[in-house]
Amino acid sequence: MSTEARKPPPQIALKIRRFLGGKAGWNGVAVQFAFAAILGWIGYEIVSNARANLENQHIAAGFGFLRNNAGFDVNQTLIPYTGSDTFLRVFVVGLLNTLVVSVVGIVFATLIGFIVALCRLSPNWLLSRVGEIYVEIIRNLPLLFQILFWYLAVLAALPNPRQSISLFGIAFISNRGLVIPSPVGQSGLEPFLAMLALGIVAALVLRFYARRALFQEGRMIRIWPYVLGLLFGLPLAAMLVFGRPFSFELPQLKGFNFAGGSRIIPEFVALTLALSTYTAAFIAEIVRAGILSVHKGQMEAGSSLGLSRGTTLRLIVVPQAMRVIVPPLTNQYLNLTKNSSLAVAIGYPDLVSVFAGTSLSQTGQAIEIIAMTMGIYLLISLLTSAVMSVYGWRVSRSLGA
Amino acid sequence: MKRVTLALTLALAAGLSAQAADAQTLKTIKDRGMLSCGVSQGLPGFSSPDDKGNWTGLDVDVCRAIAGAIFNDATKVKYVPLSAKDRFTALQSGEIDVLSRNTTWTISRDTSLGANFTGVTYYDGQGFMVKKSLKVNSALELNSASVCVQTGTTTEQNLADYFKANNMKYEVIAFGTNDETVKAYEAGRCDVFTTDQSGLYANRLKLANPNDHMVLPEIISKEPLGPMVRHGDDQWFDIVKWTLFAMITAEELGVTSKNVDEKAKLENPELKRVLGTDGNFGEQLGLTKDWVVRVVKAVGNYGEVFDRNVGAGSPLAINRGLNNLWNKGGLQYAPPIR
Repeated sequence: MSTEARKPPPQIALKIRRFLGGKAGWNGVAVQFAFAAILGWIGYEIVSNARANLENQHIAAGFGFLRNNAGFDVNQTLIPYTGSDTFLRVFVVGLLNTLVVSVVGIVFATLIGFIVALCRLSPNWLLSRVGEIYVEIIRNLPLLFQILFWYLAVLAALPNPRQSISLFGIAFISNRGLVIPSPVGQSGLEPFLAMLALGIVAALVLRFYARRALFQEGRMIRIWPYVLGLLFGLPLAAMLVFGRPFSFELPQLKGFNFAGGSRIIPEFVALTLALSTYTAAFIAEIVRAGILSVHKGQMEAGSSLGLSRGTTLRLIVVPQAMRVIVPPLTNQYLNLTKNSSLAVAIGYPDLVSVFAGTSLSQTGQAIEIIAMTMGIYLLISLLTSAVMSVYGWRVSRSLGA
Repeated sequence: MKRVTLALTLALAAGLSAQAADAQTLKTIKDRGMLSCGVSQGLPGFSSPDDKGNWTGLDVDVCRAIAGAIFNDATKVKYVPLSAKDRFTALQSGEIDVLSRNTTWTISRDTSLGANFTGVTYYDGQGFMVKKSLKVNSALELNSASVCVQTGTTTEQNLADYFKANNMKYEVIAFGTNDETVKAYEAGRCDVFTTDQSGLYANRLKLANPNDHMVLPEIISKEPLGPMVRHGDDQWFDIVKWTLFAMITAEELGVTSKNVDEKAKLENPELKRVLGTDGNFGEQLGLTKDWVVRVVKAVGNYGEVFDRNVGAGSPLAINRGLNNLWNKGGLQYAPPIR
């Protein structure tokens, strides 16, 4: 009589057990469920107790206020907003203002940071000293001080709107900000945009083809003349056929200020300047450390192949350095985003200023508003680090690590 | 950060305590030996520290009067400077006992913040200040102007209403504190600085050349400023309310910080009642019989307080106007002490 071989337990159950209970197995699962239940119960008690107490004290509670009219204005809005919109819209307006200053700040901080790092590593004595002085001065002064400095320095240097500096009569700089002509769509806009999109897609296809030819057959194809032709020629042709895609609305001085055109407010400029120069000092050190972590033999190997210093850096050193650079770089991006909340000191309408500031004192609902603000900052930070993790993972993978 | 701390304190107090509203404010203050009073971060005439670090001003004198009524010592006050947007959270979380910080009495603040206004210490209204060089004579000429304002105030909403009602465009730049707002106005970031009119006169003194700036004639809102206390302690509410009434009553009766002792000896029935030689109103409040005497000795009557801080005897030199007594053409009126 043959005994049947004992069936192995189904893999899926094992996986679930490991996932839930770790090394302790099913006992661990029970403990974890009990722990989660206790946590949930404590959380529920705190929330319901808080609600009851706030009600006893006649302090308004709940998120109903988000539907009420805000009744105040904001001086930089990326989406249409007036004083008769709701607090929820104020929240979105503030969030977008925070995001735009963070994104622009991150781009500039990265650029400046890389440039300063390369300066510091340069064999040129003067250049490397300049880089060193920049880093040591900027990173050792408090950020709030730098924001106020840029704001007051920028403001003090600029004239009032009536004496504004004119750039060829189309753009104006004054202490109300930079006013530039804004594009207004005309009849030829749609074909123009369609052709532009087509040009971009075609250029990308061309690049894909050229790279495949390079990697698989070792052929170098010169594609940049075609790319230029596609990117500029197609839209230009559309313009000739369908007429001008857009015209420009010129800003004009009316009363106290410029009417028409688009405007970049000085608060935004000062905040972006301060955040990007400050963070760049830290990024420069991170990049320098990353590049130094690549063995100098790599650089020498590059030169012995006849590559120039710039090409060696770009193709050989930086890709390897990125592995070391990305994790601390993520920290700096998160710092920059969170530091943007210092905006309230110079009147830039970011999330903390318009929502956790003005809206809070108009409604008095501190708990809800602070919780929402903290939640959204947490979300932004988690998303940023998720994106950076994916990027870091791709960098490591492409190096075969 | 202060805001986050205050909000967390409030959340913890509300979330963890079995009963947050305690009706023991007076006892707490006596045990502590100090009144904790929320004031502004520096508004000359209302609450600002002088060069020796002593707080002075109309709002500060309200704190001093309350401390005088409780301890017979006007110095037993801990001043907590608060920005406009932190003030209510500080009161709700129990960090301060009374908020005396040029705060406008509105229905939403009275009903949704868990706090009550105890009276009006100063009848104010919102105005505009501009540079004289702009050659503007009326607020109606301010179309397309840039306006600096302190965030978290009724001012911000009145501003939006006024420009909308008059079909004018404007740009608002809102700053966290009063000083930042004034600095940006002075740096030329905006054409107009707006706040309560008393605040305009007070802030004008801070500017490098006060005479280059003028306050426009328009008053665009009603801003009755007064002290606030937390909901749920009626005794404390009464004490703060009647301290102000005591100051006004003293002015009506001609009782001043100089003659209060002589007045207390007179055989006038009303004076005897008010100054506590007859009856026990002070004890019913939870204070002493001579509470009005203590208040007047601490700060003087309402007229003296007004003159010393914002009126003729101060650099601000603001007219009594609406803040005169009801029988002299103003609005200040106290219910009878009897």
